[in-house]
Amino acid sequence: MPPAAAASPLRSLAYAVPVALVLLVLPHIVTPYQTILMSYGLIMAIAALGFNLLLGYTGLLSFGHSAYFGLGAYAVAFMVKYLHVSSMELFVIGGLIATVLVTAVFGFICVRHTRIFFAILTMALSQVVWSLAFKFFWVTGGTDGLRIPTPTILNGMVTVPKNKIAFLSSTYYYYVLVVFVVLVVLMWVIVHSPFGQVLQAIRDNETRAAFLGVRVRRARWLAFLISGGFTGIAGILWAPLNGLTTPDILYWPFSGEIVFLTVLGGFGTFSGPIVGAVAFNYLKTYAVGLTVYWQLLLGVVLIALVLALPSGIVGTLARLTTKITRVDAT
Amino acid sequence: MELLPIHILNSLLYASTLFLIAGGLSLIYGVMRIVNLAHGSLYALGAYVTAWTIGQAAGGAPAAILYALLPVGAIAVGAVGAIVEPTLLRPLYQRAEEYQLLVTFGLLLTLEDVMRLVWGPYPIPASQPWELLGGSTIFGSQYPNYNLLVIGLGFIVAVVLWAFVYRTKFGVILRATSQNMRMASALGVNVKRVYVQAFALGCFMAGLGGAFVVPIQSAVLGMGVDALIIAFVVVVIGGLGSLEGALIGALIVGFVRTLGITFFPEIELALLYIIAATVLLIRPTGLFGRA
Amino acid sequence: MTPVDQALEAPPANRTLLVTRQLCKAFGETRAVDHVDFVVREGEVLALVGSNGAGKTSLVNLISGLLQPDSGMITFRGREITRLGVYERIKAGIARSFQLVNLFDQLTAFENVRLSILSRQGKTRRLLHLVDRDRDVRQETLEMLDRFGLADKAHILAGALAQGERKLLDVGVAYALRPTFLLLDEPTSGVSTREKGTIMDTISEVVKSGGITAVIIEHDMDVVFTYAARIVMMHQGRILADGTPEEIRRNEEVANTLLGGGFI
Repeated sequence: MPPAAAASPLRSLAYAVPVALVLLVLPHIVTPYQTILMSYGLIMAIAALGFNLLLGYTGLLSFGHSAYFGLGAYAVAFMVKYLHVSSMELFVIGGLIATVLVTAVFGFICVRHTRIFFAILTMALSQVVWSLAFKFFWVTGGTDGLRIPTPTILNGMVTVPKNKIAFLSSTYYYYVLVVFVVLVVLMWVIVHSPFGQVLQAIRDNETRAAFLGVRVRRARWLAFLISGGFTGIAGILWAPLNGLTTPDILYWPFSGEIVFLTVLGGFGTFSGPIVGAVAFNYLKTYAVGLTVYWQLLLGVVLIALVLALPSGIVGTLARLTTKITRVDAT
Repeated sequence: MELLPIHILNSLLYASTLFLIAGGLSLIYGVMRIVNLAHGSLYALGAYVTAWTIGQAAGGAPAAILYALLPVGAIAVGAVGAIVEPTLLRPLYQRAEEYQLLVTFGLLLTLEDVMRLVWGPYPIPASQPWELLGGSTIFGSQYPNYNLLVIGLGFIVAVVLWAFVYRTKFGVILRATSQNMRMASALGVNVKRVYVQAFALGCFMAGLGGAFVVPIQSAVLGMGVDALIIAFVVVVIGGLGSLEGALIGALIVGFVRTLGITFFPEIELALLYIIAATVLLIRPTGLFGRA
Repeated sequence: MTPVDQALEAPPANRTLLVTRQLCKAFGETRAVDHVDFVVREGEVLALVGSNGAGKTSLVNLISGLLQPDSGMITFRGREITRLGVYERIKAGIARSFQLVNLFDQLTAFENVRLSILSRQGKTRRLLHLVDRDRDVRQETLEMLDRFGLADKAHILAGALAQGERKLLDVGVAYALRPTFLLLDEPTSGVSTREKGTIMDTISEVVKSGGITAVIIEHDMDVVFTYAARIVMMHQGRILADGTPEEIRRNEEVANTLLGGGFI
């Protein structure tokens, strides 16, 4: 797996600032539809960010991340249906607890293996969750799914537009944006922490890492937990935005989508998954609008990517502008 | 409530199809260490090609011709495999094995929509071969003869495959290459050719599964995606790379699912995936597989 | 009393660090390690020699925990470690380098060494600290790189270094754990004669100044005779000879005759 090339912090900031500014003023410069579209993009970016902690930094390819996304979404739906909760904050807390509990168990099972067996194991476990959502239709709504109404933000302390579209394209967008920024910073700190170094070491040379006194399995499990947690939060944010959650987001091809968009952006860099997620979001939306055969388009793009541009969008750009001996980042 | 013998027959029928799909998947992995995520879609492609051929193109033809045309789906899929391996997979052998999962997933997406593009979103039936054979009375219940034929064919294919792998020269080469690719190459085996042939054979089997099953249940979009994950469960239980494992795994899964759907429908799927996960935990190479 | 028991009863000055008793490991038909009684005393620098397949790396693998023995016992500082995993052995003070250089190729030399230090200091679980901010770790890493002559290569990816530099880095990464017992598997293989000298001088210096006990697997007999105070010779899984360079030299005529000149 290619290295996680770290641009110097100043250079990263140089890219991040204009992007942040655009995101900040987005609702004022584009249509509500476009803003909502970007919300979806940011949500998938959070999922991809979490996913890439495992792939890019720890060297573990999971084909089962739809489970954590779906758990987050269904946790919200259940809180609405059975606990009559409507507070966004409670959604986040409750959903996160549910997701983390399951991720902890799944992670414990999965990190005993690597490579292909790890991938298949993650897939099998996510299918367990899907099959339960699919079959226990009297609990989960089955293929019809469950509705999620407009949530209350910050316990109603903020005045929000009554109109749902207006709400989603302003208040909710900013809510998602804030969570996104917080999580990006959090993930950035994590991958630049001693723990982040350990993960990369494990990715590169598991045996040597063990001989450095690293508890390999535990580190992997912790990475899995964080990864699932991030993706779970994405699912939690997604549910009120989408208004409906169905078993489709638990089905394994959705895990494939998460893999796809991470690879699209490039799993060897920090920002690659973010760019990939947003790009994929636009790609899929416009492809779906263009033709019924958007899967074909995506499939061809993925194949082309793997064969020709394995470092993805960001990775390829990075390679074009960095040398092998990296500049001292300190 | 149907009788036990009917359940057993249905389990064997399901196992028959599963064996063809999973056997192909296992064969490919055994020889080339490739996990093909598009394998289920190839099964679906075989179903579609056969359904179209029998159901539409040769619609009113005499029975003999219809039966003779059944394997057409398998041949088409085998040909697709022979094209896919050198173009999409060969460039990736030097790279980390995760890349093959990515490229075959891309292939899955492509194939799924190609089928939609060519044959449209509605199911394509091809029930004539199934209808023409009528039914027999087994333990007091009617059972379609075509189903019995498929069970028999599955068994025959298993035997033929076994003979092929263990009794023919090509089979020896296949096994040698799967055990030690470098050694085989050093001994003069044209590994590139073996790989293409093995991949095509594995795809052929998947296509054959689709071809056999389509008179019973029509070609439907999404059947490949559903089938793949079940095929995975079969090879996980039986062991990646082992044909005996694919057979035993197919039987286990066939019975669990068929009986499960009747007696504990809510959890039969979950149970299946839990079994797979448990096997992966306790004995990752499966019942018969090697790492 | 067996030599092993003798060693265990020795006075503190010659305290034993590691003892293996009747250690066995077979791979199928081959007996890689065949009833080996091996004693290492504190502060020793000994060379482990023998032809390819003699069992040297297997012995090191058994001691470091990469392999589990079929039978026999290993004690380290009086504590039995036979069933302990790699993690416990590292924490007990054992460290090793590898025959085929085993580094984190996508990380820089600096990051490689830093990892050892972070691990030793128990900082590897820290999620919410920026690793670059830790000045003490940075300082120690630079000092360590300097001792191994790699200061100017600090920010080059380990995978891009020259073989000699990689060999040094491999030892450095193990050394940065500040072990009590260092196992080095062919630290000079694949490098030029001049570089061998540099590498061995460095190893010698750090080992002696740190009071570390070292077992070095070596094929180059010049290196062995120059740097080792004690030589243990293995053949077909067993210890054939054990003594000072002079003793071994005297023994060599016999050894050569027996083995048909397998060494020099």
